[in-house]
Amino acid sequence: MSEHRIKNLTINFGPQHPAAHGVLRLVLEMDGEVVERADPHIGLLHRGTEKLIEHKTYLQAVPYFDRLDYVAPMNQEHAFALAVERLLEIEVPERAQYIRVLYSEIGRITNHLLNITTMILDVGAFTPFFWAFEEREILMEFYERASGARMHAAYFRPGGVASDLPPDLLGDIATWNKRFPKIIDDIESLITDNRIFKQRTVDIGPTTPAEAFDWGFTGPMLRASGVAWDLRRNQPYEVYNDLEFSVPVGTNGDCYERYLVRMAEMRESVKIIDQCLASMPEGPIKVIDNKISPPSRSQMKNSMEALIHHFKLYTEGYHVPAGETYAAVEAPKGEFGVYLISDGSNKPYRCKIRAPGFAHLQALDYVSRGHMLADAVANLASMDIVFGEIDR
Amino acid sequence: MDQQALTEIARHLDSALGDYIQSPEVLHGELTVRAPVESLERVIKFLRDDSSCRFEMLIDICGVDYPERSTRFEVVYHLLSVSNNLRIRLKVAVDEEGAVPSMTALFNTAGWFEREVWDLYGIYFTNHPDLRRLLTDYGFEGHPLRKDFPLTGYVELRYDDEQKRVVYEPVKLTQDFRSFDFMSPWEGAEYILPGDEKAEDAGRKGEGS
Repeated sequence: MSEHRIKNLTINFGPQHPAAHGVLRLVLEMDGEVVERADPHIGLLHRGTEKLIEHKTYLQAVPYFDRLDYVAPMNQEHAFALAVERLLEIEVPERAQYIRVLYSEIGRITNHLLNITTMILDVGAFTPFFWAFEEREILMEFYERASGARMHAAYFRPGGVASDLPPDLLGDIATWNKRFPKIIDDIESLITDNRIFKQRTVDIGPTTPAEAFDWGFTGPMLRASGVAWDLRRNQPYEVYNDLEFSVPVGTNGDCYERYLVRMAEMRESVKIIDQCLASMPEGPIKVIDNKISPPSRSQMKNSMEALIHHFKLYTEGYHVPAGETYAAVEAPKGEFGVYLISDGSNKPYRCKIRAPGFAHLQALDYVSRGHMLADAVANLASMDIVFGEIDR
Repeated sequence: MDQQALTEIARHLDSALGDYIQSPEVLHGELTVRAPVESLERVIKFLRDDSSCRFEMLIDICGVDYPERSTRFEVVYHLLSVSNNLRIRLKVAVDEEGAVPSMTALFNTAGWFEREVWDLYGIYFTNHPDLRRLLTDYGFEGHPLRKDFPLTGYVELRYDDEQKRVVYEPVKLTQDFRSFDFMSPWEGAEYILPGDEKAEDAGRKGEGS
């Protein structure tokens, strides 16, 4: 028999592929069914967010953050709000802090519900997807009742939150929160010990802590490889310091453990929501200083000064003292950071957005090498990729 | 992150790397260090490997453009120490012709961050294994995050039904992008206000006579 030379096959995965989780174009060099090299081409959703923010006032920049990771919008706004507040050197009222934490955790659950169930979908099980999306719909209604928008909320603003919560919202969140762990149980009973799911995910793309550091993994990706690192715990912001929750960790950082960590995190978020509801104080929801936060409607009808403040805030905006800061939050996907440079004017001089998914996707080549094509899909799904934040 | 640990690290860096870095300073609870491009590799390696620093994670690399400076660009590195729970910011200045050594040998994660800086600012990284554009379109020209690059860009895309493909055309705007001047004349605008052109001259003449 004559000897045949077999050429490696290059295939294009995406940008229009349901398992690509958005507009990822993945150029895969295959040796048979084994991935030799994975080269993600990103930027198909690049909208120039950072450039746009340089041309907008600080308040006008807030909505751009919703459009980064559109699966958990408020968590992104949070990082920007923290950065601006640090430069302005203002302290947010306690009620606003609790509302922010409450909505960050709701955001975390929406994100994990989407990620876990689409990951399960990618490896072959359809049912949990429907359960999760029913719950996500309810959570988005909570978003809507607080901010007026299901997704692009623009609710966390520098200085506090946009408006106070409507009267019976907290009660409804409490009712939902009591019922929700049942859904996690359902997904868990169907998937966690499922033979097919385990065959597709256990020991796929394992990472050691050293590798995770080297590739800049944060969030569930880092915790799954056994590093107990959570910004909510290690570098607490808002009222996380007063709340009780545990940080779930894995041992060998494969796809299966990333799934387990996210499941456990949802249960922790439920606990945090419970505590927020129990200890939500009364009081103002944004700083009283009208040079930063707009006056109320009724004040504007009666006070000339309030009217001037309102006009100035919505045309010129506030000036932020010159300086620079890096504020990071534990977004559902990992460390979401905003590096903000102010030159003392009413627009940011530079606003660099550090998206967790950007670093994760970069490592796809590394974790998928030598795996099968189908495992690359499992790896990709377990990384929790959303292109809004990667392409910016 | 407590202030004391940061000042301690700052002092440690000053004594160990005094010749290679400039003025560690702590502001807003954040430590910032400047270094010349030549010693960047050494400083980052020290930050990663030194037993009392242990900044084992490179969180972010980004460029900043200051067109009015003599060395136009700044490349900013953010590092995180998980073991000591500390962050540090390292800045190097580089001009348009200059190049920055790539950190890919020390941190794998630097790869894409450097590609992004190259793409958006046109800062060249030496010894980078794969320095292609990352975020912009295939065949894009220019570096969009430079301050002299217009917000609207130079070209726009549309699908041409006759040629059956997407075509590039120069940007046509029905209205220019409006950038308002908010500098208050009462707070010391540094330019001559409309109608005030002769005021300064008159004032000077008055002084002279």
